[in-house]
Amino acid sequence: MDLTINGTSHTLELPDDIPLLWALRDGLNITSVKYGCGIAQCGACTVHIGGEAVRSCQVALADVWGEITTIEGLGTPDALHAIQTAWIDHQVAQCGYCQSGQIMQAADLLARNPEPSDEDIDAAMSGNLCRCGTYPRIRAAVHAAASALREV
Amino acid sequence: MGRVRTIARRSFLIGSAAILGGVAFGAYLVTRPTPNPLLDGLGTGEAALTPFVKITPQGITLIVPRADVGQGIASTQAMLIAEELDIDPATATLDPGQPHRAYFNGTVAADGLSFPGWDEGFVAETVRDLMMNVARLSGSQFTGGSSSTADLHETLRQAGATARETLKAAAMARTGVPRADLRTEDGHVILPDGTRIPYTELAGEAAAIEPVTYVALRPASDWTRLGKPHRRLDVGAKSTGTQNYGVDVALPGMLYATVRANPGRGGGMARYSADAALAMMGVRSVVEVNEGLAVIADNTWFAFQAAAALEVDWLPPDYPASSAEMWQALSDAHTEEFQNSRLREDGDVEAALTGATVIEAEYRTPFLAHAALEPLNATVLVEDDAVTIWTATQIPHVVRDAAAEVTGVDAANVILHALPAGGSFGRRLDHDYVVQAIQIAATMPGTPVKTIWSREEDMTHDFPRPLHMARGRGAVAEGRVLACDLDTISPSLISSWFGRVFIVPPGPDAMLVWGAFDQPYAIPNYRVTGYAAPPMMPIGSWRSPGACSNSFFHESFLSELIHAAGADPLEERLRLIEHADSRRVLEAVGDISNWAGADIGPARGRGLAFSYTHGVPVAEVIDVTMTDQGIRIDEVWIAADCGTVFDPVNAEAQLTGAAIFGLGHAMNCELTYENHAVRQTNFHAFEGMRLHQTPRFHTRLLGLAERVRGLGEPATAPAAPALADAIFAATGERLREMPFSRSVDFA
Repeated sequence: MDLTINGTSHTLELPDDIPLLWALRDGLNITSVKYGCGIAQCGACTVHIGGEAVRSCQVALADVWGEITTIEGLGTPDALHAIQTAWIDHQVAQCGYCQSGQIMQAADLLARNPEPSDEDIDAAMSGNLCRCGTYPRIRAAVHAAASALREV
Repeated sequence: MGRVRTIARRSFLIGSAAILGGVAFGAYLVTRPTPNPLLDGLGTGEAALTPFVKITPQGITLIVPRADVGQGIASTQAMLIAEELDIDPATATLDPGQPHRAYFNGTVAADGLSFPGWDEGFVAETVRDLMMNVARLSGSQFTGGSSSTADLHETLRQAGATARETLKAAAMARTGVPRADLRTEDGHVILPDGTRIPYTELAGEAAAIEPVTYVALRPASDWTRLGKPHRRLDVGAKSTGTQNYGVDVALPGMLYATVRANPGRGGGMARYSADAALAMMGVRSVVEVNEGLAVIADNTWFAFQAAAALEVDWLPPDYPASSAEMWQALSDAHTEEFQNSRLREDGDVEAALTGATVIEAEYRTPFLAHAALEPLNATVLVEDDAVTIWTATQIPHVVRDAAAEVTGVDAANVILHALPAGGSFGRRLDHDYVVQAIQIAATMPGTPVKTIWSREEDMTHDFPRPLHMARGRGAVAEGRVLACDLDTISPSLISSWFGRVFIVPPGPDAMLVWGAFDQPYAIPNYRVTGYAAPPMMPIGSWRSPGACSNSFFHESFLSELIHAAGADPLEERLRLIEHADSRRVLEAVGDISNWAGADIGPARGRGLAFSYTHGVPVAEVIDVTMTDQGIRIDEVWIAADCGTVFDPVNAEAQLTGAAIFGLGHAMNCELTYENHAVRQTNFHAFEGMRLHQTPRFHTRLLGLAERVRGLGEPATAPAAPALADAIFAATGERLREMPFSRSVDFA
């Protein structure tokens, strides 16, 4: 199976029905993509396929329909994306386990809606669970990232 | 409270403390300096000037022994050392170190006593000191009870100061400049002529001299980092996907495993067949572990699939099969036979209730899962004479000893790589998952095996918060609360949890009544009685144990009494509380919320609750609105006093996060049982709060209390009763049972 992830091609010897989540984590050691529930209830495994946020635990490897972007493709510690900068400035993370998924979901929202209202953020982000309760700072960081991206 | 009874109880506690220590220890033993574990294996040019600071030519390592489970304590520990050491902590390596009694936690032991935190009397303080020494001698290295900052803030600053002054002494020995004329800055000793000597260059010389100890700590007015907004050291990694958790460990040749355990906890296996599982792709073996079976495979997914294919006849455990039977067992334990404690008895409740109009109410809280988002996991490599473990744990000393016990390897040859946890909420105060991972890896010596529980296993095999109920009787007179008699009933958490990770201390289970007996109210006739129901399935510590239920009972019943008296909820609480720190937070929450009573207009309501847990008084005010979609939580105001705040940005996060945790579970979470098994096995049935339900928060930390305390838990307990109180104000309906979604809808 051939995948393009963050612009790089990879070949995987795994069965068709393995969820993309486990192909990425155990097959390619891309561990920023987190397992939280396995049934699309928490959003920790969110990646982009063809620019759209999806739950990688629900996509069989054979069904991947486009190029995959994980948080490493969004930005890195040395070259942060504006959303990551906002996440750091607002010190959103507590345990941090859900935050890659939160950030990928926020990136999807901001690509489609550069100036989201609180209601827009609620609608887009409510599928991403945070057990630590960082939601107030997620809201603030999404607004800040939206402002920063509009100024670019 | 009768004097004779008081003395008898407390004498018994002192006796218990001595038993806990296992020895009648003398002053010599407890005042002897704790050995420094970093001194073993130091190389040339390296120094371990305290158990918390290691300096080599390559850099500075700060030992931060308390587990970071999301509360930010790794960062806070580093900041505390760095303030005195004069380094930028972002340039240091943070290492949790190996479990060692140099890193004992005395505060958590002292807090587990039958004294309210605000009792600073001679007896309470003496017994606390005794328990500190029990912890010191036994090397108990718990992270829990919101105790880390309280326990370590002076130790860590002293460690930084000792290292700094010793480095200056080394510079003095090298240059001849008196130590008093040297200063330090950003990892360097600075000579009067401006010459800068890096600490890393002085390490070897510093190691050769006697450390300079008992250094006076800098006053808060001189702090450059502590108390000021600073960036948590882990937010960069946690915003870029580069933070490694236990679940992310990757080692050459590593295999993957998962566990399938009896859904009835503690029941055994009658028989099983692994044939189907073993025939599946990528499966290496099926092995027996505590509570069930494990599959070892080439990746996690293969292991999950094969675990589901195992055919097992489970034997039933010995606890009641259904929630209805469990509630009945709890109710049946409300008799004198099961009375466990009466740690509060002021005035004469029976006399006050005689002839009065007695107000009665019954409250219930359900079993709850911890459900940290990172499922439980551990990676283990077993070799002939060593065990290496990668996991997140709040009890590293227990994990080390368990590894030695399971494998027969000497405890000194157990290496623990303690990793940050993707949440815990008390779950990693148990080590069942690590023991299973060790059992699994022991079947494949020389091969590292990563064991991950599925979410379903994680929910099914939690040590949940116990179900808990309370019955209150009270009376009011002349517009005031006259009497409050609260009976609180639950299986004993101390018996269950301490039985697994420590020893069960004799005497009453204070945790069963935390959040009730220890509240600083001076109600004229006031009694709190704890009843320990027979054990059911094993239970565990859940963020703010005891108090997460008892505060709901206590504050809700007090609200009912205050309402019956026709008094204002804030004014009456202030009349009933003399404790200065507690009064101030009530006044503060009134101030920031512009408190003017519970009535804030049509279809709206305002609630108030107060609790004193983990040494921190917290008051919360909540506003709700009834909408077409259900009840919406609009605003939450939180005032608290944990003494000096070292890390204000994170402190605010802990207050709001803990409140969201309390609110979310109160809204819609419960574990119920059928055929001995948990019915809620994933987040579709155990949601908690989601972003669209999140209110706006306003917080104030007073910073006036004399003692420094921690904030990981304290804002949890008052959240549920404040919400119930707000819903009553809006709807007229008293919610006496969690989750509230049993009675109302939330938007």
